[in-house]
Amino acid sequence: MKRERPQSIADYGPLFFPAGMLLIFFVVPFGTMITVSFFQRQEGGFYTPAFVLSNYERFLTPFFGGVLSFSLMLAVTVAICCVVLALPFTYLLSRLSRRLQVFWLVALLSILSLSEVIIGFAWSTLLSRTGGLSNLLVAVGLLNQPVALFPSFGAVLTGMIYQALPYTILVLYPAIVRLDPTLMEAARTLGSSPVRAFFNVLVPALRNTIMATLIMVFIFALGSYLLPQILGRPQHWTLSVLITDQAIYQSNMPFAAAMAVFLVLVTLGLVALTLLVGRKGEKA
Amino acid sequence: MSGLVLNDVTKRFGTFAAVENVRLSVPHGTFVCLLGPSGCGKTTLLRMIAGLEDPTNGAILLDGADITNVPTHKRNLGMVFQSLALFPHLTVGENIAYPLRIRGKPREEQKKRVDELLSLIHLPGYGDRPVSKLSGGQRQRVAIARALALSPRLFLLDEPLSALDAKLREAMQVELRQLQQKLGITTIVVTHDQREAMTMADTVVVMNGGHIRQAASPVEIYRKPADTFVADFIGSTNLIETAADSSGAATIFGHRVQGLALPAGTQRATISVRPEDVHLTAPGSGAIDGTVTFVRDLGGTIETFVEAGGQQIIAVSTPRERPDVAAGQKVGITLSPDVCVVLKQ
Ligand SMILES: Nc1ncnc2c1ncn2[C@@H]1O[C@H](COP(=O)(O)OP(=O)(O)OP(=O)(O)O)[C@@H](O)[C@H]1O
Ligand SMILES: [Mg+2]
Repeated sequence: MKRERPQSIADYGPLFFPAGMLLIFFVVPFGTMITVSFFQRQEGGFYTPAFVLSNYERFLTPFFGGVLSFSLMLAVTVAICCVVLALPFTYLLSRLSRRLQVFWLVALLSILSLSEVIIGFAWSTLLSRTGGLSNLLVAVGLLNQPVALFPSFGAVLTGMIYQALPYTILVLYPAIVRLDPTLMEAARTLGSSPVRAFFNVLVPALRNTIMATLIMVFIFALGSYLLPQILGRPQHWTLSVLITDQAIYQSNMPFAAAMAVFLVLVTLGLVALTLLVGRKGEKA
Repeated sequence: MSGLVLNDVTKRFGTFAAVENVRLSVPHGTFVCLLGPSGCGKTTLLRMIAGLEDPTNGAILLDGADITNVPTHKRNLGMVFQSLALFPHLTVGENIAYPLRIRGKPREEQKKRVDELLSLIHLPGYGDRPVSKLSGGQRQRVAIARALALSPRLFLLDEPLSALDAKLREAMQVELRQLQQKLGITTIVVTHDQREAMTMADTVVVMNGGHIRQAASPVEIYRKPADTFVADFIGSTNLIETAADSSGAATIFGHRVQGLALPAGTQRATISVRPEDVHLTAPGSGAIDGTVTFVRDLGGTIETFVEAGGQQIIAVSTPRERPDVAAGQKVGITLSPDVCVVLKQ
């Protein structure tokens, strides 16, 4: 089909709505944030318009470098764990009867309705020494006495995976359902056991979907700021926690904005890099 | 016995029997077509042979060994799916090499075999193309090559040609048959196109409602259909009611048919007469009386519709032996006893 170039302003009409939305919900807030990040902070007060670089200079220290790399590492780990867990789960789900599929999807959606606070406190109870899972392990005989499994890195990871897993499954589900089921059957007739066929047919055939899902969960996990505080120690706090802390408790908007801008730029850079590597791999 | 044997194979989905008590013996190297109307259980039967569906009852034997409970990936078969199921993330060559790669064959051997197969399917040099850049017919061939890569013991195809246009389909039918004869591989093809079955098969298996109605060579299926379903399903035919008279000879619409006898003890039966075996003559002289209702001249063949005994009988002839009749004219119908096939009730 040949497309004509737009002739008049009216031909651009269909673009106005998405462009407007993008302007209101992305460009304006992000622009405000960038602007604020260069403002001068007033001690004990608000901030005044200015152009200073001190907000950015402040986190060029090993401390903030450490927090940033921990945040990225945590988000990457959550993304990989979620996809690794969700892929086989969603594949098996897609082979169940319609009715069971609907049941599971509704159950997953109901997890999404839980707020981060509830998830955090639920897990902190589950992992606690008095009322938690370790009591079960003692009852089974695997442990001698109940232990507190939180606060710890494992607890933060568990909570964040729990929170992100439903999203991961719901993003993978349509792609897996749409995948021609005879592909897996063909692999079996050609000599692959079902497990091998999963790895050498389903996973590579869904490459792009998996990549997109990884990026989505990564970004989702990067924004988490309550779970690290509830389930982790201060060394498990992410950049998002520090941003919240600066913005809300220290009233240091310019510094919080600078960190947020930096986080967005690093994230965009990483996503671009991932896509670039993916594109190269496709050509080879 | 070498070859494939199905012993009373049954498949039920819930209470619905998709395939029921199928017995079939396919000698090694035979080309079999499963033919039947939609929903008669062809695909289900093929999938059971492939191990993709477990039979509810019965046993499947291959070269004397019971393979009923052997998982698909250990059956050593090649299967072509209706959707072809080519792996979208692999090139043509990688698709064909897949079964070899799975079994850890060395790279040089894989490459050699891929080249061999590509020339077998008349696509030499296509190894590096992505499968998405192929035409329908080319994809078809790649799917066939992939299924044959390991020289399997059984070659199964589910309506492999249904997505192709009529011309290409006819060409591929001939090609598939020649390929099978060259390789001498036991082949089972599902189709609902009877021309396709007639072109390719050594044995045509006609199915209906989950049962095998007749399994025989194409000519026998056509010439000697076992029952009304087969007679009606394969080609077109005239189904005519006959009754035995007091002397035991068969009568059609009250006329005695010289030399045709019903099986001992039967009073009435249905016979099948192919339209090309119906001869029109002048009325009288012992022929069945009829009236021409319509003449359809298709150029290559001429169909004459005759009303006789309250039933419509179709006669087909070639232009050379064109009957000189017109609608409304009285004619006689003569049937020689050897073209009248008495059908099972
Ligand atoms: N998984 C299933 N669950 C329930 N019923 C099924 C299932 N698979 C097939 N059937 C039923 O079994 C019958 C035979 O199906 P099958 O696919 O074998 O038919 P077919 O002869 O291949 O038909 P077609 O020519 O349309 O492909 C059909 O009535 C179908 O509805
Ligand atoms: Mg079918």
